[in-house]
Amino acid sequence: MTAILPAPDRSEVSGPLLRVDDLHVTFAGRHRVFERHAEQAPARAVDGVSLEIGEGEVVALAGESGCGKTTLARAIMGFVRPERGTIEFRGKPLAKNLRGYRREVQMVYQDPTGALNPRQTVYDSVAEGLRIHKVPGDEAELVDRALARAGLRPPERFLLRFPHELSGGQRQRVVIAGALALEPRVIVADEPVSNLDASVRGEILRLLLQLRRDARISILIVTHDLALAWSVADRVAVMYLGRIVEVGPTRDVLLEPRHPYTRALLDVVPDAQDAGALDRPLLTGEPPDPTRIPEACRFHPRCPALADGRAAAAGVEEACRSDDPRLEPIVPGHLAACHLAHRRPAGFRVP
Amino acid sequence: MSVLEVSGLSVSYITREGPVPAVRGVSFGIDRGQVLGLAGESGCGKSTIGLGLLRLLPPGTQMSGRVVLNGADVLAMAPSQLGAVRWTQASVVFQGAQHALDPVIRVGDQIEEAILAHRPATRRETRARTAELLELVGLPARRARDFPNEFSGGQKQRVMIAMALACDPDLVIADEPTTALDVMVQAQVLRLLKNLQMELGLSMLFITHDLSVLAQVADRLAVMYAGRIVEEGPADEVFGSPAHPYTAALADAFPRIGDEAFVQSPGGLDGDPPDPRELPSGCSFHPRCPRVMDRCRTIEPPSFPAGTGRRAECLLLEEGAPEAMPT
Amino acid sequence: MADDALAAKTRSPRAVVWARRRLSAGRFWATYRRSVMGIVGLAILVVFVLVALLAPVLVSSDQLDVTKATGPILEGPSWAYPMGTDDAGRSVLALVVWGSRVSLAIGLLAAAVSMVVGAAVGIIAGFRGGRWDAALMRFTDWFLVLPGLPLAIVLAAILGQSMFIIVMVIGLTSWPWTARIVRSQALSVRERAYVERARGLGARDPQLILKHVLPNLFPVIFANTILSIAAAILAESALSFIGLGDPLRVSWGATLELAFAAGAPTIGAWWWIGFPGACIVLVVLAFTMCGNALEEILNPRLRQR
Repeated sequence: MTAILPAPDRSEVSGPLLRVDDLHVTFAGRHRVFERHAEQAPARAVDGVSLEIGEGEVVALAGESGCGKTTLARAIMGFVRPERGTIEFRGKPLAKNLRGYRREVQMVYQDPTGALNPRQTVYDSVAEGLRIHKVPGDEAELVDRALARAGLRPPERFLLRFPHELSGGQRQRVVIAGALALEPRVIVADEPVSNLDASVRGEILRLLLQLRRDARISILIVTHDLALAWSVADRVAVMYLGRIVEVGPTRDVLLEPRHPYTRALLDVVPDAQDAGALDRPLLTGEPPDPTRIPEACRFHPRCPALADGRAAAAGVEEACRSDDPRLEPIVPGHLAACHLAHRRPAGFRVP
Repeated sequence: MSVLEVSGLSVSYITREGPVPAVRGVSFGIDRGQVLGLAGESGCGKSTIGLGLLRLLPPGTQMSGRVVLNGADVLAMAPSQLGAVRWTQASVVFQGAQHALDPVIRVGDQIEEAILAHRPATRRETRARTAELLELVGLPARRARDFPNEFSGGQKQRVMIAMALACDPDLVIADEPTTALDVMVQAQVLRLLKNLQMELGLSMLFITHDLSVLAQVADRLAVMYAGRIVEEGPADEVFGSPAHPYTAALADAFPRIGDEAFVQSPGGLDGDPPDPRELPSGCSFHPRCPRVMDRCRTIEPPSFPAGTGRRAECLLLEEGAPEAMPT
Repeated sequence: MADDALAAKTRSPRAVVWARRRLSAGRFWATYRRSVMGIVGLAILVVFVLVALLAPVLVSSDQLDVTKATGPILEGPSWAYPMGTDDAGRSVLALVVWGSRVSLAIGLLAAAVSMVVGAAVGIIAGFRGGRWDAALMRFTDWFLVLPGLPLAIVLAAILGQSMFIIVMVIGLTSWPWTARIVRSQALSVRERAYVERARGLGARDPQLILKHVLPNLFPVIFANTILSIAAAILAESALSFIGLGDPLRVSWGATLELAFAAGAPTIGAWWWIGFPGACIVLVVLAFTMCGNALEEILNPRLRQR
């Protein structure tokens, strides 16, 4: 273990560090206190998600926009209140007071420019968490150390700068330094590089991987980019309309996807090596809308396996149209919520 | 036969602190029916080129060089000629189409307006043409009666493409046309553009930061860094075996699923692209270059041939230089 | 680079932050200077503030006492009495000079009260949102639709006529506008990602408001306060004019009231009404000019025009 501040006792951890169980987050339709609007259907942004993150594990949460991945991340951060379900940290459900939890679970945002107060220096932005939690020790020294760990070296070159004087990559490092100052055990990174230039993305991702290696920090990385997941994640969870439809080790999920939706997402990843990539079929049908989640399997109206008769051939067509598939293991550790995937003999691949 | 021939194009923005060079002496051509991909990061000057070709930059911006479109120099044209060239010979599809459509005018009327602005036509003709255009981009003709807010992001981008095609241009400049869109929609729009380009035999300048997209749609690829094209050549070759270290790094920044080399090691460079106001000496890439040599700090590299139909601005390609990039 | 030099000279973060504040104040002044309106307004204000501050030096307060007045009665402007005299032989100049102290003080204090109440209500409503917002804004609307001056008249008549009461009455009837403006800004600041980040770091609402919301609202509140000083001075003049001012202090409004009571318009004593009246107009105009100039610089939405 590298030199890090004395972190809270870790011996009690058995099993996953962070565990989400049957989480539901619903946003009410438009509604005001003194007005009576035509009631809009509520959006079931997160609709029964269970997910575990082990110590030092990197989990990628992937899906289209509107699939609920960011809402799930925000619910884990305590920014939105779940309708039901539990979030457990170190085996204990979250207390009403999130203060202690918020020291250990930190977030990195998609837009580092917006996440830093333009009127605060880098020093103040990084020291903010230390002051809030009244962390003992020399503040200046702790800030220096956090900046150095986030790769802003030498720290004194950055301390007194304002966000607008930094590049996008540097701003994201400042956000990460602000999180690191509190010695978190978990970092929730919401599209941490999608607002950055391509050549700069690598450094931020490498930094996150290094934190996992050196300090065994667990990382949940929300992304729309499966290729990014391939390069950083230990496990990948694919979300569709508020639910995880497939989860498993990165290699298994991305090379041998079991859910037709995962396959479809992989098909649209631009692949320069594959000249035929542009000819692959695309998903048809309405884009997903969390205010109107289809009955039975939520993917069935768009499912290519149902449309081209594979589901019928496997004898699951009926089930696809009537039963909501559960997320169950296909092989140990690799789970999918698909009737077809479960009917298939082991080793069968989605063509 | 080339539709567009750009030579020695330089563009400087005028700011309070003086002129800022955004494009510094860029030359390229686009043949009829060809797609040139222009790749680079934010601030490299790629969008400036896209706008500059049709002189759509803010007034006062300094431009020099030649932009020859169908045989006529755009930079030398009078404003009245310019109006005739825009849309009919070359048109632009911008990113973020959401903001380009007037929210209170029906989509069909906006397309008709674009047609009428450039050629006299009867109401019936424009209406028929609008229906045809909408179907061309995969939207039902009846949607002409809808307002922009009834369209999704991808559909609005389709409308923008229809408008760009309204006057049968020879050249379409697509500036990050899929960037603001979601993955699935992005793939749809990309396919649409590629299909239209092939069906209609369009020439296209496709500008994006996403090299992996370009490798699919472009015939040729030009990579920009700090206002210059540092490498140009056939798309698959440039992407597959980059001659310039910057191209190599940029290609590495897009991991390929299944490629073990990327597992737990996302590619990319350290540092940031330079500020155009404070360009490094010599080769402007040298502070970030993994293969930097002493000479790079002082000598601004000229263009070297890097295989058939390929060129790159890197001293590694000079005769007698250490081993060129591993391919 | 200049920044690095700055950092090297003053290693302490506080010192550098202050150095930067000075720098940005300098930049602000450079922009403000370009506004003719702002400069004219500021010049007028400087003159009046100096006069108010130096009043004891300029004119002896004895001259305000009716019993000690030495001048001729109701004489027009002359070398000895540049603004003429009133019906008790007091110099109108003395009344105007001493009146500026009261008028400005009441204007500033009332604006401060209005700012504190308005900013507090606006921030809580905008930042907390939901029911707080709905309840506080209904409350604000209720005050907004009450006609301000009549309300102030009623309150002043009931509560009495001390300077403190006048300040409170004016302040408490003028805050709703500030509250509405501050609320709309707070609503947008609340949505900024850095507020969420601070919350993620563990900050609670009071910390968020102090560290992030207030500093970002400060320019709006400041410009608004300057504008409301003008309104407060007008309100004070109006109250005094109808005899609801503090009877023990000489203000511009009170001077006007005396003049009218003594029939100054009918006897042609224009100086007795004209000079205090001009002062009110000038100062109100000056505050409005400064406020508008400030708002144009500080309010990003206006600046883009």
